[in-house]
Amino acid sequence: MKMKGAKALIECLKKEGVEVIFGIPGGAVLPIFDYLYDDKDIRFILSRHEQGAGHMADGYARATGKVGVCIATSGPGATNLTTAIATAFMDSVPIVAITGQVMTTLVGNDAFQEADTTGITRPITKYNVLITKPEELIYEVKKAFYLAKAGRPGPVLIDIPVDIQRSEVDFKYPDKIDVRGYKPKYEGHPKQIQKAAEAISRSKRPIIYYGGGVIISGAYKELRELVRITEIPVTSTLMGLGAIEYDNPYYLGMLGMHGTVYSNRAIQNSDLIIAIGARFDDRVTGRLDKFAPHAKVIHIDIDPSSISKNVPVDIPIVGDCKNVLREINKLLKKKEYISLIPKKDRKEWWRRINEWKKEFPLKYKNDNKLRPQYIVERISELTKGEAIITTEVGQNQMWAAQFYKYKYPRQFLTSGGLGTMGYGLPSAIGAKVGRPEKVVIDIAGDGSIQMNIQELATATCNKIKVIVAVLNNSFLGMVRQWQELFFGKKYSAVWLQQRKKEYGECKKPEVDKRCGIVPDLVKIAESYGWEGIRVTRKDEVDSAIKKALSSKNSVLIDFWIEEEENVFPMVPAGRALDEMLCDLG
Amino acid sequence: MTQRHTISVLVENRPGVLAKIAGLFSARGFNIDSLAVGETEVSDVSRMTIVVRGDDRVLEQVEKQLNKLPDVIKVSDFVGKEYVERDLVLIRVDANKSTRSEIIEIVDIFRAKIVDVARDSLIIEMTGDEEKIQALIKLLKVYGIREMVRTGIVAMARGKKD
Ligand SMILES: Cc1ncc(C[n+]2csc(CCOP(=O)(O)OP(=O)(O)O)c2C)c(N)n1
Repeated sequence: MKMKGAKALIECLKKEGVEVIFGIPGGAVLPIFDYLYDDKDIRFILSRHEQGAGHMADGYARATGKVGVCIATSGPGATNLTTAIATAFMDSVPIVAITGQVMTTLVGNDAFQEADTTGITRPITKYNVLITKPEELIYEVKKAFYLAKAGRPGPVLIDIPVDIQRSEVDFKYPDKIDVRGYKPKYEGHPKQIQKAAEAISRSKRPIIYYGGGVIISGAYKELRELVRITEIPVTSTLMGLGAIEYDNPYYLGMLGMHGTVYSNRAIQNSDLIIAIGARFDDRVTGRLDKFAPHAKVIHIDIDPSSISKNVPVDIPIVGDCKNVLREINKLLKKKEYISLIPKKDRKEWWRRINEWKKEFPLKYKNDNKLRPQYIVERISELTKGEAIITTEVGQNQMWAAQFYKYKYPRQFLTSGGLGTMGYGLPSAIGAKVGRPEKVVIDIAGDGSIQMNIQELATATCNKIKVIVAVLNNSFLGMVRQWQELFFGKKYSAVWLQQRKKEYGECKKPEVDKRCGIVPDLVKIAESYGWEGIRVTRKDEVDSAIKKALSSKNSVLIDFWIEEEENVFPMVPAGRALDEMLCDLG
Repeated sequence: MTQRHTISVLVENRPGVLAKIAGLFSARGFNIDSLAVGETEVSDVSRMTIVVRGDDRVLEQVEKQLNKLPDVIKVSDFVGKEYVERDLVLIRVDANKSTRSEIIEIVDIFRAKIVDVARDSLIIEMTGDEEKIQALIKLLKVYGIREMVRTGIVAMARGKKD
């Protein structure tokens, strides 16, 4: 069937099952928006900044497991998308970004709103392409969706010159696609699987270290099964939270820079690390040459380039976590493998771990002050551990990781790889669009929330109910924490308020330092059509959360927490995992 | 141990692909000695021959990262294999009455060619592997090399002998 390129694009998206697109229009995408206007099947959500649209597509993708789609115009529209694309790239999130481009005849001429979008996004996309001929369009859209999802997922960008959107194409959507340069391996090699099963059975001090790959591959059931049948201690990366439920008896919590003392100790003292869908990121390993000195490593990952990149691997298995774990579990249930297990050593191993657990539990000072950890615990309790939590970046992110009780995969959405401040609010909006039955809460910092605060409008205007819980310390808190601990308490460029002497006389002594607070987040929320609640005391926490949960509207709660609270425990950068700082208070 | 590797990369013959490959090398901090691109017997496939230095771990990453790009169809490392490699070099060398005949003698021995003659210089063309080219350069340096250009190495695996 003949139709215009722009119309064909929309038909392609429908064939891919796209139900929502996030974005902002502009000159180079006008034909697409013209057809979107008439389309009944695809919901369009107008963000207030392209970065917001990108994170919304990302939040939608992470919450649902589907591909998120965003669209922007050429030049500034496309460059505004880049932070969101890079965020998705680092965390292997499948999104398809569609950008308009100036007319093919003008490409390279410094035309109005021209930017070399494919050049700019080359290192932050899994694949990108500038469409140069109308007849390539449909194939490239098919390819984009295939590549976004296949193997290790990631963002794909299609740059479409405006004249191609206007030209006639023959719409025939291919059912199948074969990209000769991209052939991911989904099944693990049986020999390697056997070797791994044997090593697991024989190990005396094993530990399972898993990451976001388990969630992406949908392998959480197989992982839980592995843990159940082997009774091996298991620790998660930031990206893996939820794949193992918080109260699993074998779960040691998160590892790494702000992980639990006992999970890090267990890693350091292990004789076998079973790494599943994780990539030995520097925030996880600490100082590399001191990482797990006695351990052999099994590494299961779909991306061969992740294997032996940072840590040498003894038994590599390239494949989809779900398939590989299914096969390993089958073997481990067999008598001949069970008989290999050194039961006494395993018992002793658990005894040591339990001792560390008792000695260094994850705790905080639960006094009368308004502490962020308490707030996260109350949010967890009052949502019965059922909410989808997104985060900003910094201390808020770590407290959200440490103190919310996650039960499910795709429940905790955070920018782990890139650490993008401003991720939480738009990703919460995207998540809510994809999972409308869920309560969605962005646990935020007062610095980060201002990086995409304009998206409060998007929630209101599209009737998307989300909750933002700002752990407001008036600082760029995580940076302040580093300055406190490693730079002699020189607080350089981290105080987010006016200086007291410039502000002058304090008119509301009860809020002391923070009178004249900039901005007043409650007022901001209200002016965007949200409800705003300020909480300055511990005894107000529950009622505020309950109110936010029961309200029809989106609600921002501005929690004025202790200004100089720190995230503990902590492995200082460049130290070994077992050199952790704990709360001295 | 750092070693020189010649790798052959079959890629989609499309605009932007060269930039993707070159960008990958710079972004990941891999050093390229030379890079040559050209068409193959299949019109929509190009071959890049890349000479890169690194230890086994670096090379493993280079190969894995290249393989990750959807535009890359196949990667093969020639190290440890039987293969032929050639580079073409053009050298403009100073030549006056007294040195000209000596230079011509060298050119003959190397089975190189003189492709341009001027009053005070010659352009010499030669193909060969790295070793041969280095040997020629060393000998010509004495006369004064004014300018040099190389195509970069291209390589091909040898056919089965039996
Ligand atoms: C876009 C961006 N800019 C800068 C940083 C560096 N950075 C990391 S944490 C942080 C402070 C975050 O402050 P806030 O959002 O108030 O959270 P808190 O740590 O106080 O919870 C900064 C500036 C970053 N991660 N992202």
